[in-house]
Amino acid sequence: MSVTLRPAEEWQAHLMGGKLMLQRSRSTAQFVFYPRVLAPGTGLRDLEWVEASGRGTIHATTIVRRKPPEPSYSVVLVDLDEGVRLMSEVVDLPPCDIAIGMTVRARIDQSGAAARLVFVAEADDGR
Amino acid sequence: MADSFPRGRAAITGAATYGIGRCPGISAVDMAARASMMALDDAGLSLADVDAVYTSAPYESLGGMELAEYLGIQPRVTDSNRTGGSAFEVYAQQAALALDAGLIDCALIAYGSNPASNPPGAIGMSRQSMWEAPYRPIAPASSYALAASRHMHLYGTTRRDLAEVAVAARRWAQLNPEAAVRDPLTIDDVLGARMLSDPLSVRDACLFNDGAAAVVMTRADRARDCAKPPVFVLGAASVVTHREISSMPDLTVTGAAITGPQAFKQAGVSVGDIDVAMLYDAFTITPILFLEDLGFCPKGEGGHFVADGAIAPGGRLPVNTNGGGLSCVHPGMYGLFLLVEATRQLRGEAGERQIPGTELALAHGNGGVLSSQATVVLGTAATL
Repeated sequence: MSVTLRPAEEWQAHLMGGKLMLQRSRSTAQFVFYPRVLAPGTGLRDLEWVEASGRGTIHATTIVRRKPPEPSYSVVLVDLDEGVRLMSEVVDLPPCDIAIGMTVRARIDQSGAAARLVFVAEADDGR
Repeated sequence: MADSFPRGRAAITGAATYGIGRCPGISAVDMAARASMMALDDAGLSLADVDAVYTSAPYESLGGMELAEYLGIQPRVTDSNRTGGSAFEVYAQQAALALDAGLIDCALIAYGSNPASNPPGAIGMSRQSMWEAPYRPIAPASSYALAASRHMHLYGTTRRDLAEVAVAARRWAQLNPEAAVRDPLTIDDVLGARMLSDPLSVRDACLFNDGAAAVVMTRADRARDCAKPPVFVLGAASVVTHREISSMPDLTVTGAAITGPQAFKQAGVSVGDIDVAMLYDAFTITPILFLEDLGFCPKGEGGHFVADGAIAPGGRLPVNTNGGGLSCVHPGMYGLFLLVEATRQLRGEAGERQIPGTELALAHGNGGVLSSQATVVLGTAATL
């Protein structure tokens, strides 16, 4: 192998740089999440990083309930338009207003030590 | 060929539970050892007969060796496969194969755990996924909640349907003196309970209490000389489909859709023949998914299937007659208790909750977050 992949490190470095990048298999065009050293199923080791659209749809949703005054928060599964699913949080809506089927757009939360991919409702994007 | 199984050539000859509810003052391996001896006594066998140990210790990754050492035996096979709560159904499958191959003569499957009495600082040995941890899901409740949300969205399943599962479990528990939680529970109690991770409340979640269990298996010929009527292993199949919920291929279809048909085919029975179904109930959504995936009802109709007390005492299908993980016992991994209860039903030992004429029982284990599924079909001598 000419290229040494460091999947998690590279994902995080891209996010820190303000970019949502996904791995894609060169030969099958299959997108992969989470980042790996090979494409799951095929075992192909031809993954390249590609900038993602950031558009997605809520696939499943839950509200994690905390004891007040701690606020409850959403945990969602998002299907990205590229065809991969990931866990995230919708940060601009009350958790009870988040519904399956809603379209959402990716944001990068850099407020913590590590950058975090989160989502906002599509309407907020001004499109 | 991939579906072949030595139908009826291995049997459960001993089964026991110990310390259900609270079991303070001793360690997990003490509990597993106690249950082991009770199961061997039940079978009329002794420690010297055991040449294979199958166990998942709650806090010790090398727990298989720990239990062998504790018991003072030197097993030929020591297996600590870690598929979570389903591991014990996988052990029954593996033990049946090893017995039939002549690799071993007597398998001991054992488990003990007392998180209620010994609050463990580091419960479990699994790390949270780095791809999920930043979003702070409650492990494992939020994962099951996400699956439930999808089922409700696609099929109109309601929180009331989920509550039916909790109430049915409680009604069975009230018939089981060993069950840990036996006070009355209504649908409204469940609907009004504190929410944990929507749509699941604390009453939709299994217990986290103490308990130990053990099962002894031998080849069928030897089983006939044991103290109790043998319970024959007619089919056993398992599969892993994912680890984390975000990688589950389809949130409303579990691996039970694969293992159920395989195990029934091996056993030469159909789902309608099953007299008692023991379905791993980590949360109220799980028996609904397994009823569908195993074929008791079509996909999406699990909520309707459980309505109006249909899986409670007197209902159309006896499910989780011991009270389940929801009301009897769930010490972290529950799978072995499914096998023990199925055995008791098949032997006619279930007291007030006995289903008369039980000939065929199913134990379906679940591990991780719907990640591992394992189905074992058990039957009396009449089913051979």
